[in-house]
Amino acid sequence: MHAEEKMTYEKWPAAPEKTTLEAKNKFIGFWLFLGGETTLFASLFATYLALKDKVPSTEAALAKDLFDLPLTFVATMLLLTSSLTSVYAMYHMKNFAFKKMMVWLGLTVLLGFGFLGTEVYEFSHYVHTYKHTFTSSAFGSAFYTLVGFHGAHVAFGLCWILSLMIRNSKRGLSLYNAPKFYVASLYWHFIDVVWVFIFTVVYLMGMVG
Amino acid sequence: MTNQQLNSGNPSVDIEYRRRKNAEEMRYQVVSFSLMIFLTLIAFASVAMKGFTSWFTVPFILLLAVVQVVFQLFYFMHMSHKGHEAPQLFLFSGVLVAMLTVLTFVTIIWW
Repeated sequence: MHAEEKMTYEKWPAAPEKTTLEAKNKFIGFWLFLGGETTLFASLFATYLALKDKVPSTEAALAKDLFDLPLTFVATMLLLTSSLTSVYAMYHMKNFAFKKMMVWLGLTVLLGFGFLGTEVYEFSHYVHTYKHTFTSSAFGSAFYTLVGFHGAHVAFGLCWILSLMIRNSKRGLSLYNAPKFYVASLYWHFIDVVWVFIFTVVYLMGMVG
Repeated sequence: MTNQQLNSGNPSVDIEYRRRKNAEEMRYQVVSFSLMIFLTLIAFASVAMKGFTSWFTVPFILLLAVVQVVFQLFYFMHMSHKGHEAPQLFLFSGVLVAMLTVLTFVTIIWW
């Protein structure tokens, strides 16, 4: 089957994300990238753990003063739910239901923006209320680098999914763009995987002390 | 669980089979999502209730996080499907380096 071939429901293969050679290469290359991302985030986590609560004076806010359980909970629910909506999008992609896939991707993007909104609010709250900034302490640098890097991944993922949606809005599904949607959804799940460790290691462990 | 196509020679039978297969898989996805939400709730609750010592809470919530990530990887990211040998190699190599890095930074580095 060719990537450009006009697709119908009957012709749509069982694994459209891996049917063409380009798709196979994309799939394997993307997982290699995710392996690399794992080690990248590991180094940021390790730095954070080593520098947690390392502040220059006794007035500086520590992890247990900063973090707020309800806000973290809301952010976690938004991102976890967006992971499920992107699973639904890929479910419809496999069934060659382009419109339904777009609706679920749209929901994913909305939830992603909701998550980003809570993070922007959270950071500005820390800066203005607690004077906890990127340069205020080693703890601050490590915290904003780790959590901010994850936030940047969310922002990048949103731009990625949105541009795929806009670029392919009139094209419908083909073997050319199905792997693109699939890989973007893998990226989105990976962001969620990282967040599971952030809310556990940074926020929950920070509040435990 | 596989997503391999069944070739009966009759396209409409194959489509019907695949539709049901996909719907069945989607049900598993919703179940694993419910479990993930449930694990998250337990993790937050164990921190919100201040009754436990951190010697219990920290390993406990880390364990919940690992279980949740396994659900993400194997169900949401389809790593349980066939043809994911290379992804598993890449990801687990990444995890190995990740664990070594974290172990190093929390044990032999001090400030």
